[in-house]
Amino acid sequence: MYSVSYQRAGTIAEAAKLLEAGDAAALSGGMTLIPAMKTRLSAPSTIVDLRHIPALKGIRATGRRVTIAAATTHAEVAASAEVKGVCPALCHLAAHIGDPHVRHMGTIGGSVANNDPAADYPAALLAMEATIVTNKRDIAADQFFKGLFETALEEGEIITAVTFEAPDQAGYAKFPNPASRYAMTGVFVARRSGQVRAAVTGAGDDGVFRSAEVETALSRSFDPAALQGVSVPAGNLMGDIHASPEYRANLIVVMAKRAVAQANG
Amino acid sequence: MGMEGVGARVTRKEDKRFITGLGRFVDDMVVPGMKHAVFVRSPHAHAGITSVDVTRAETMPGVIGVLTGRQLKADGIGNLICGWMIHSKDGTPMKMGAWSPLAVDRVRYVGDAVAVVVADTRAQARDAAEAVDIAYEEKDAVTSAVRALEPGAPQLHPEAENNLIFDWSLGDLAATDAAIARAAHVTRMHIVNNRLVPNAMEPRAALGHYNRAEDHTTCWTTSQNPHVARLVMSAFYNVAPENKLRVIAPDVGGGFGSKIFIYPEEVVCCWASKKTNVPVKWVADRTESFLTDAHGRDHVSEVEMAFDADNRIIGLKVDTIANFGAYMSLFSSSVPTYLYATLLSGQYDIPAIHANVRAVYTNTAPVDAYRGAGRPEATYLLERTMETAARELGVSPAELRRKNFITEFPHQTPVIMNYDAGDYAVSLDAAMNAADYQGFAARKAEAAARGKLRGIGMSSYIEACGIAPSAAVGSLGAGVGLWESAEVRVNAVGTIEVLTGSHSHGQGHETTFAQLVTQRLGVPLDSVSIVHGDTDKVQMGMGTYGSRSGAVGMSAISKALDKVEAKARKIAAHLMEADEGDIVIEDGALKVAGTDKSVPWFQLALAAYTAHNLPAGMEPGLKETAFYDPSNFTFPAGCYICEVEIDPDTGHTAIVQFVAADDFGNIINPMIVEGQVHGGIAQGVGQALLEGCHYDPASGQLLTASYMDYTMPRAGDVPSFQISTSNTPCPGNPLGMKGCGEAGAIGSPPAVINAITDAIGSNDLSMPATSERVWAALKAATRH
Amino acid sequence: MSDVSLVVNGKAVRGTVEDRTLLVQFLRENLGLTGTHVGCDTSQCGACVVHVDGKAVKSCTMLAAQASGSTVVTIEGLAEGSELHPVQAAFRDNHGLQCGFCTPGMIMAAVDMIGRHPAGLDEPTVRAELEGNICRCTGYHNIVKAILAASQTMAAGGGAASRAA
Repeated sequence: MYSVSYQRAGTIAEAAKLLEAGDAAALSGGMTLIPAMKTRLSAPSTIVDLRHIPALKGIRATGRRVTIAAATTHAEVAASAEVKGVCPALCHLAAHIGDPHVRHMGTIGGSVANNDPAADYPAALLAMEATIVTNKRDIAADQFFKGLFETALEEGEIITAVTFEAPDQAGYAKFPNPASRYAMTGVFVARRSGQVRAAVTGAGDDGVFRSAEVETALSRSFDPAALQGVSVPAGNLMGDIHASPEYRANLIVVMAKRAVAQANG
Repeated sequence: MGMEGVGARVTRKEDKRFITGLGRFVDDMVVPGMKHAVFVRSPHAHAGITSVDVTRAETMPGVIGVLTGRQLKADGIGNLICGWMIHSKDGTPMKMGAWSPLAVDRVRYVGDAVAVVVADTRAQARDAAEAVDIAYEEKDAVTSAVRALEPGAPQLHPEAENNLIFDWSLGDLAATDAAIARAAHVTRMHIVNNRLVPNAMEPRAALGHYNRAEDHTTCWTTSQNPHVARLVMSAFYNVAPENKLRVIAPDVGGGFGSKIFIYPEEVVCCWASKKTNVPVKWVADRTESFLTDAHGRDHVSEVEMAFDADNRIIGLKVDTIANFGAYMSLFSSSVPTYLYATLLSGQYDIPAIHANVRAVYTNTAPVDAYRGAGRPEATYLLERTMETAARELGVSPAELRRKNFITEFPHQTPVIMNYDAGDYAVSLDAAMNAADYQGFAARKAEAAARGKLRGIGMSSYIEACGIAPSAAVGSLGAGVGLWESAEVRVNAVGTIEVLTGSHSHGQGHETTFAQLVTQRLGVPLDSVSIVHGDTDKVQMGMGTYGSRSGAVGMSAISKALDKVEAKARKIAAHLMEADEGDIVIEDGALKVAGTDKSVPWFQLALAAYTAHNLPAGMEPGLKETAFYDPSNFTFPAGCYICEVEIDPDTGHTAIVQFVAADDFGNIINPMIVEGQVHGGIAQGVGQALLEGCHYDPASGQLLTASYMDYTMPRAGDVPSFQISTSNTPCPGNPLGMKGCGEAGAIGSPPAVINAITDAIGSNDLSMPATSERVWAALKAATRH
Repeated sequence: MSDVSLVVNGKAVRGTVEDRTLLVQFLRENLGLTGTHVGCDTSQCGACVVHVDGKAVKSCTMLAAQASGSTVVTIEGLAEGSELHPVQAAFRDNHGLQCGFCTPGMIMAAVDMIGRHPAGLDEPTVRAELEGNICRCTGYHNIVKAILAASQTMAAGGGAASRAA
């Protein structure tokens, strides 16, 4: 790790001020940032710790509206009775991010802000039409995720919460990369008033995306059988030593089936 | 002493410190004034070095020194060597290229060390390492051994034309060709044995401390054989004369072969300490381990196995290309030769065998022994071929094996080995019973109803351990003898210290070695201490690898105990005025048989050290040393059965049952033996399903340089194992032991792949059988 | 530089360190608690697992400054005097360790796991929960056995079971 200045913010306003320093980075759970700094791939001059800001903690559910403050850990989401009550698929997703130790530290805000192309949350947020709330504005998920590690966040902008209306049904299935255990392909399906959105993570060469083929098939019938014979083009999918684009294309359909099966209980 | 002696399931004496966080690993060592080293490594797979400029780095905060290959050479530090001479079939010696601990004018793999920075903190050393300015002239690289032999391939060492280190063969070519020509059936296979990274959980580390007052160097290092390290560093690398060099291998966090070898870093830390006048510690990070630990396997072979009309094997011909990486590591040449081709008879009576092996330089990390070393390569090749032959011949894989088993011992194979004892059918039957082999069809049908493809596969392995009679290995090219030493000290008040040249890095020697002493002398386990891993304490030893510490290391202890007992009997007879022949040793005392006369050990030891009343002419003290040189290899063998379920949608393989039936000869502690088998199987399953080391063929960059890309077996990837042992004692050593450390890693890979290929109905599958590969093989098979 | 103050294994400690100092470095180098190990660079092997404010975390992926103000328990703080924690005892009794390098992290992870599963554990759960801890020696067989055994012992109120993880 290069030399860095550590600053702990007590409020969102204080964090925003600290982040004005050139080359500052926000630090939440640190599960991606700290390893990147250790390998010297990331070299901010200042890191601003958001983990101790009370306003960034907690989960609220009112009816089917769920709001998760940004510094809420994966373990907290996984264990949340409020979330489970209206959207168990998100608890399932959170319970399968990384490993128990990572889930104790990693946060939803950090994951969303980082937008790793193999992270789990972006698929859920995109499929559920969630809104990303920052200290400056509200951003729809459709406008938020901009490609590999790219988001609509501006310099110094801080995610304060993620909010969504729980869909009627939702499910998430992922096939983990055997080494890193990130999603090699993960599919989140959400059904709302008969409309289905299916977002894919881990597979796209430009980050999380919606699969038109899967959505079309599932909008006809929200059943795994509806995906029988459906194929997804491999053209814009990632290929690496772990999986070819063709294999990922297959996994999208298989994981979509499993996500639907889960959504249908 | 049944409770604590030989055969008892005793919990380990060493565990207390590990479970309470009090283990002492090299990185835990702190020496006053200690500073930290970071190596500057080549980012290129192949390049000339045109200049190394350290001026900027030298001025960085905390920097004490920046040292280069030129300075190292100027100080007379030697090149790293391979200590096992192999001659090609044309009689020429192997072609060893120069390997400087710090590269001088050329780098040959990504990670090749070029310079070292010593600084107050590791972070400062790393900051400065980035400021070392090295100008490289990039060259084309080659990572595949097959490609490296092709005309026009990039050339690594001027000494080795066409990158060929040796072209060696073993066996009778004419007889083998004749057998193939007259065969009723020949099974032909193209076998690839994947490259692996050993990945002991403790990264390698070294701490060199030069003491100017005494002109003496102490080196703490993560070694499986500190005495060999001292010998080689003294005799070949000019680090210091043996009497001025102490090597300590304290608690070592796993080795699996990778910590046998003497690497550049320990040599450089010792030299740098002398150069900078501060103790210098280096600890590898994981990516450095991936880049620079000696890798394992990486063979490509063509196989022909010939059968007569009665399905008896009449010949086996093997042509292997072995990737050695950029430099010849310490024992690299022995692995694909005398630890590989000599095992190609397997458990089978094969009248004619011929193996040809070409060893090849490539722009990759050096390759050397990794758990099993040569024997997994032989076993995988043979057992994949046997299973395939059974399918081609339309016979039961078990019965084809049984028909060809060697049943009479000793048995001389056509490839040097003389098997001393074994009963292969016993292991086969035990494994088949434990796996409910007969019930497989029903389980397969039940799995099919759930949409899963179930398969079963077996592997009957044999291996050779102990390595081995010194004169024999000497005649085959070894630069060292492979005996072991022991010293048994009965202290003045009766506690016992055993000094051994074996080194425990997870094997539990502190417990098993003490169990032997307890068994022999009748003293409590707690009164026995095992001392190892320090050249100042233990006079000499050859270390731990090749599953040798029981069969060879404990045999040396046994021999030393013979001498201790002999002297103790004389003293006891003298003290009790009895006949020496009437003295028996039991319950912690020396007794006169048939009387109530008895001298406890503490009293006898005190008598030996006070020397007030010893037999006339006897030297005081009670301490004996023995060297044990084995009379043969030992031959553990067994049968493994793996059962898998494949998810046809994803190609994911789940191992639903794994059975091991091993014959290890006599066993000291079944709990520890089982642990060794569990760990070995998990490594074999890792090789078969998960682990593959990938270099980019064009750039020579290591693509699997961290756990993000190299798949380590996790708890969820392996099942609980069903294991059992049968025990035909080894006639070759006093304890009847064979060795159990490597068997699991040797026997399991073919069982796994045989099971998967059985499940998917396609034989076209190579290791690691990742989900994608299985899915693709399935898809290809359905298309046909 | 950061002033770091922690309660480690029940004892208040302070130190002034470079901001880039990881918690694991602070524990090992400043406090001499070398039972916590570093086995990888990518936050995967789990050799460095300690408990921060009652939760298992990877001390290689947290700055000492981030942890300041927290309560930390390391492997050295698990036993009470000469009385081993039931998980420590179970690892010994079930031969759940060989080289001992991953063991401190495994034990800290296991204590946390058992604490989070008061209703008990089964083999598939233990294996899934060990995702963040890599062992190269044991093949996990006896680690799984040890954790299941410890879980039962603690559920039955054995050993120092009532003690908070």
